[in-house]
Amino acid sequence: MSYIVADQLGKSFGNGAAAVHAVSDLNFRIAPGEFVAIMGESGAGKSTLLGILGAMSAPTTGRLHVDGIDVYALNPDRLADFRREYLGFVFQSFHLVPYLSVIENVMLPLAVSRQGNPEKRRRAQDALAQVGLDGKADRLPGEISGGEKERVAVARAIVNAPPVLLADEPTGNLDSGNSREIMRMFQRLNASGMTVIMVTHSAECSGYAGRVMQLSDGRLKTDRRIAAATLRRAS
Amino acid sequence: MTLKLISIRNLMRRKGKAAFILAGLVVGVATVVGIFTFVEATAHDIAHKLEQYGANILIVPKTENLSLSYGGLSLGGVSFDLEEIRESELARLATIPNHRNIAAVGPIVLGVASVESRRMLLAGVDFKAAGILKPWWRVDGRFPQDDEVLLGAEAARALGLETGQGLSVNGRNLVVSGRIEVTGSQDDQLAFLTLATAQQLFAKSGKISMVEVAALCKDCPIEDMVRQIAAVLPGAKVMAIQQVVKSRMEALAQFQKFSYGISAVILFIGGLVVLVTMMGSVRERTEEIGIFRAVGFRRSHIMQVVFLEAGIISALAGVFGYGLGWASAAAALALSGDGHAGTAPFAPELALAAVVLAVVLGLAATAYPAQLASRLDPNEALRAL
Repeated sequence: MSYIVADQLGKSFGNGAAAVHAVSDLNFRIAPGEFVAIMGESGAGKSTLLGILGAMSAPTTGRLHVDGIDVYALNPDRLADFRREYLGFVFQSFHLVPYLSVIENVMLPLAVSRQGNPEKRRRAQDALAQVGLDGKADRLPGEISGGEKERVAVARAIVNAPPVLLADEPTGNLDSGNSREIMRMFQRLNASGMTVIMVTHSAECSGYAGRVMQLSDGRLKTDRRIAAATLRRAS
Repeated sequence: MTLKLISIRNLMRRKGKAAFILAGLVVGVATVVGIFTFVEATAHDIAHKLEQYGANILIVPKTENLSLSYGGLSLGGVSFDLEEIRESELARLATIPNHRNIAAVGPIVLGVASVESRRMLLAGVDFKAAGILKPWWRVDGRFPQDDEVLLGAEAARALGLETGQGLSVNGRNLVVSGRIEVTGSQDDQLAFLTLATAQQLFAKSGKISMVEVAALCKDCPIEDMVRQIAAVLPGAKVMAIQQVVKSRMEALAQFQKFSYGISAVILFIGGLVVLVTMMGSVRERTEEIGIFRAVGFRRSHIMQVVFLEAGIISALAGVFGYGLGWASAAAALALSGDGHAGTAPFAPELALAAVVLAVVLGLAATAYPAQLASRLDPNEALRAL
């Protein structure tokens, strides 16, 4: 069963002869619960593809279906609701709101929900506990380390319990120890049923994924599944 | 975690920007409140002074018309040699509903007499009331008592009389008590006597030819007073001297137009301050807005956050602006040295209007930046960093 279906996805910037084709003719299917690493060199179209998968950047050609929903046929409000309900984002540079505390950053996706504040706080505390940061809930982002910021970003991405987690170079700003910690966290989330799609150019990080899609010049060059025996294991 | 909390936290974090917007709006609102308070108080004072500026209601006997103008004003039909009003009837003026608005009642007896072999118009007046009814009179000498006469400038010149000299009026010897300096009105041609002397000279004891009334009337309906006086003096014709009323209203209207114009300019500038600052704020917050959009905020949620911030600052600006404007007006009135100190009243409706005005202005000026923020593409916003 396919959960995410990319059908002839393409994205161009500019018009006519000056047009730059960031990604072209992408066709793939991702089943629920897969852990996919998207790899490629700089300019290969990895982040553009992630923007399309994240319902943040409409493709110029093709269609994207998630859970049977034609994502870019949704109106802007429903598209925002889709992002909130289906997707969690982890960005390379964390993108935490500097004037909100750790727990408030985690609660951000819940700000527009109808849940009461106690319920929002409970869910945020659960998410922080999952990433091992429940003792630093009231600190500001400026008061914690880079690795901790990344974990706050992960907690924020999973607080809504979305079916899909998207990560853009999640270890790009981390040392090897913190990178391994984040990858193991992703494996645990994936093991709990969450579909994880991660853009990376780190071969080590891609070793944690069960499937690696290689992009080159905006096209899908290879798409291979990793044998379970060769996967790096969460400790 | 609510949108309101996000707005408040952002305001607390960007205190400098918030203070700048607050200051811009406070200055705008304070200027408007100050101008309005000052103009209202000044207009009230001007109106009060205008009320002292002579008669504005004329009472004449009901009779067949004879064309006569008085004081350069077209008064319609006046006849002084056919019928008179009884002096005792004037007491009824104290019974009209708006009697508190009557500043002075000036009965006049008019008659033509032979003065030093010349025929001229004489007027018997109540000189106490004349001080209010004709404040523009400048008398060289003093007001007359019985058997004395006060000459208009032209009458004195024509008769060749000076203060202290005697003259014969219908065979009765009177002394010139003084001369009125040139007024440019018909008063220059007249000789003025006390009411009692004139009534004796013209054998009109207890009768009067016409009555001038000064109504204290900034906002009171002068036409209502005319109707009220006509009701208690059914035998008289009561007229409002429209020119005076109109000039008063025009003076006040000019003041108000001026204040509206200045206020509009200041508010426009205040709005620009908010607009420019909020635009800068939105640009600075591209990352945040990208994050909000990425985690599922709708465009309307982004607008709510921006509007909430502007609304909170604007409401505060309304409160502070009213206080500052009121204090400025009170200080300006005190400094004007015209006895206005402490006359700037606390007006709850103006305070409420100031807050509403500040909020409406703040939100209106924020509309474009808020829309701009809501339309930021989250992918572009985050990748541009």
